[in-house]
Amino acid sequence: MSENNTPLLRLDHIGKEFYGNRVLSDISFDINAGEIIGLVGENGAGKSTLLNILFGMPVISSTGGHEGALFVDGKKVNFTSPNQALAQGIGMVHQEFSLIPGFTATENILLNREVLNGSSLSYLFSDRVSTLNREEMNARASAAINTLGVNINPDMIVSEMPVGYKQFIEIAREIDRKNTRLLFLDEPTAVLAESEAEILITALKKLARSGIAIVFISHRLSEVKELCSRILVLRDGKLITDQPAESLSARQIASLMVGRESEKKVDLQKLPEEPEDIESENASDSLTQQKKKKKIRPALKVEHLWVDMPGETVRDVSFEVMKGEIFGIGGLAGHGKLGIPNGIMGLYPAGGRVRLFGRSLTLNKPRKALGRKMAFVSEDRRGVGLLLDEPLDWNITFTAMQTQGRFLLGIPYIFQMRNEHAMRKEARKYIDSLNIKCTGPSQLAGELSGGNQQKVCLAKAFVLRPNILLICEPTRGIDIGAKSLVLDTLKEYNRENGTTIIITSSELEELRSVCNRVAIVDEGKIAGILPASSPAEDFGMLMMGQTHQEEGEESA
Amino acid sequence: MIKRFIQNAGWPRIIIALFLLALFIAAPFVGVRVDTSLSNTLVRFGMNGVMVLAMIPMVQAGCGLNFGLPLGIIAGLLGATLSIEWNTEILAWLSGLGTQYKISWLNDIFVTAWREPLGFASAIIIAIPIAAILGWFYGKLLNRVKGDEMMIATYVGFSSVSFMCIAWLLLPYKHPTMVWGYAGKGLRTTISVEGYWLHVLSDSLALNIKTDDIHLYIPTGMLIFFAVMAVLVWIFMRTKTGTAMTAVGSNPEFARASGVNVDRMRTISVMLSTILGAIGIIVYEQSFGFIQLYMGPFYMALPAVASILLGGASVNKAGILNVIVGTFLFQGILTMTPSVINSYLQTDMSEVIRLIVSNGMILYALTRKVRAGR
Repeated sequence: MSENNTPLLRLDHIGKEFYGNRVLSDISFDINAGEIIGLVGENGAGKSTLLNILFGMPVISSTGGHEGALFVDGKKVNFTSPNQALAQGIGMVHQEFSLIPGFTATENILLNREVLNGSSLSYLFSDRVSTLNREEMNARASAAINTLGVNINPDMIVSEMPVGYKQFIEIAREIDRKNTRLLFLDEPTAVLAESEAEILITALKKLARSGIAIVFISHRLSEVKELCSRILVLRDGKLITDQPAESLSARQIASLMVGRESEKKVDLQKLPEEPEDIESENASDSLTQQKKKKKIRPALKVEHLWVDMPGETVRDVSFEVMKGEIFGIGGLAGHGKLGIPNGIMGLYPAGGRVRLFGRSLTLNKPRKALGRKMAFVSEDRRGVGLLLDEPLDWNITFTAMQTQGRFLLGIPYIFQMRNEHAMRKEARKYIDSLNIKCTGPSQLAGELSGGNQQKVCLAKAFVLRPNILLICEPTRGIDIGAKSLVLDTLKEYNRENGTTIIITSSELEELRSVCNRVAIVDEGKIAGILPASSPAEDFGMLMMGQTHQEEGEESA
Repeated sequence: MIKRFIQNAGWPRIIIALFLLALFIAAPFVGVRVDTSLSNTLVRFGMNGVMVLAMIPMVQAGCGLNFGLPLGIIAGLLGATLSIEWNTEILAWLSGLGTQYKISWLNDIFVTAWREPLGFASAIIIAIPIAAILGWFYGKLLNRVKGDEMMIATYVGFSSVSFMCIAWLLLPYKHPTMVWGYAGKGLRTTISVEGYWLHVLSDSLALNIKTDDIHLYIPTGMLIFFAVMAVLVWIFMRTKTGTAMTAVGSNPEFARASGVNVDRMRTISVMLSTILGAIGIIVYEQSFGFIQLYMGPFYMALPAVASILLGGASVNKAGILNVIVGTFLFQGILTMTPSVINSYLQTDMSEVIRLIVSNGMILYALTRKVRAGR
């Protein structure tokens, strides 16, 4: 079915802007029949947008379409809905499952393509009244499942399946479609166990031999290298490289993904002159030196922490943070980096041991964590971080009022009224010092811009006079000017008060610019902890699930 | 300036207020007295005020409007009937205290002068613990159905009323003024409070001007009682607990992250609402003159809900001012529309208009909630 010279799909200078925000520019490549292409890139590199364009998702056309042109079999196409893409034989398996939980595997695989029994009624009316030919359907479903080389009972109900199975069902559905020629897989192995991932990779290779082209998106570089014949690296919306897989090492891919020119970033000014600057190459070495020199006890010691936070599961994490340190936690979205601070603060069910200045901390109770003078700035600013319908002084002082009994008048435990004068005064203090743009302490938090809201969240944490400050995604969704201001504020606060700060962020460069050490989380575990001065590609390797040993083997 | 006022007050309130004003202006022309109408409005305002106040804690804690107000009302009815049932015993016990401690003037006060206020106070004192217990269970229930509180609350109200229809018959009340005459047991549907605490609040300090030109009656005592309750609620919402409660209603996730026990705050708010409902119905009864049992409390929640919404409260924000403005406007419309429009149309439209206004207001407010939803 493949024509010899014309590529199956050609992308010609594809670009996309969302409201003046450029996410993709000038992407051109071909996909040939039977080829497996690996598409890799950091979060926010533009992979999802590219997929949305190729699959004709309404998000694209409703925001003004895209630049450049798409050619299928050499003919120009313009998809405005996924149905058109399906008709051209393009299938897509999404990261999130789109299966009907109460239906069986068969019903899901053949949804809307059911095998029908003809009956007199269907002559009179339409196919809508025909009954289903269950046997034939089961046979087709089994065939599709078998192509994948797994053994799943087609009568099994999807909601009762382990996640791995669901992924196979998703793929089986696309395979069953007779005209499928090109299959996009968005992180299909993310939810699979290693053995399942291997089965899937074998199955995909088999599919490719039958002439189906596959675009495989994954953060696991080893899989990409094993499966794909060509690797495309996206970074900041640009196609950085398009090379045969053999010519690239995992390390090279990682550095291509994260490598950026330093002058491009506003907040990247190399390591700032921190009091305890870590010069040594090896993190653990410098730590022992530090301990010897200053006899610093760890401020926070986390052992075998697990956190059940939906979408950010933490499996087994242990690390130590020194007093006065700025510690970074990085990693890709969904690998559990956000779960760590949320779990320590007791917002999601957690287990393991957390010791604060040598004394153990009760988990699962936000009040206990706050009582131990820890403060938390949530990544979900509007959902958890702020009272959008309340004035700024409430937002800033509420936590301190409830946990430390400040900003109150009266006798504790008997009768205490809030001291609105003190609340306003405190709010005004932070509005001035953090330069929050607002009409005054009585303006509602929901009316502020993202950057100013983030400053309110910081003020809320500072009011608690914390010993340890945990901050999630401090710069998410705020403009560049506010970004550097927020980061500078944190650095200054650390310098002036000696507060231990733990920053969780998906922006590696940001972490490297403010932190002393950065831990990279991969699949719910810590892949490694490096001093911030380590080269970017080392962090990239950790993010891609390559631990130090593997890396060593590879280069050997 | 005018624009600002309109924005602050909100169009619905301005329209209703203008309508009410128009009714007052039109009243003399169709033979309805303005002064009696005004007196009636004030009396109704005082009667219903506390029950509207009962909406505040639950709204502020994010439990929605208290459609389960009948539960609080039932506690109030139990308090009211028990205060009559045990009236003699209570007074005897109190005067016994006087004898015991040799304070003879106490005797006189309890037996004669303060007989009625003490009866009223005993009704409230009995009702409060009952309301607190019922409210605790009601709160626990609402914590299990977060997001659907108002629907569940409605059915809590309805089913508790139906349950009490059986209970009123079976409870061993004995007092001759309250039980059915022919059987000697089971409470009557309507019980007069005359001789116990009729108009205890309404008539104390009341301003009653009755000349040929002016017929004005202002139930000062009842209005003061309402004001005291309103100030108490206002103060409570400013305490540490009240502040936490408001934060829970505003954003439960924020409150949890700040170490507040969200479920506990919600339960407290429901208990408070139920207690206020119980006190509210007793105030209502002393003015109305009758305790209405059985299906009496069935639709009691709707006027209270409509009032606070009319006063500009939303499903998750309400204040004292909303209560005052809303109750006055709603009760004003309810007093004026039937009398003025009936006199004009020469037919009885009162019930129809009452229903259109109260249900229309609830409908309006609930649709507004959807738009405001995040």
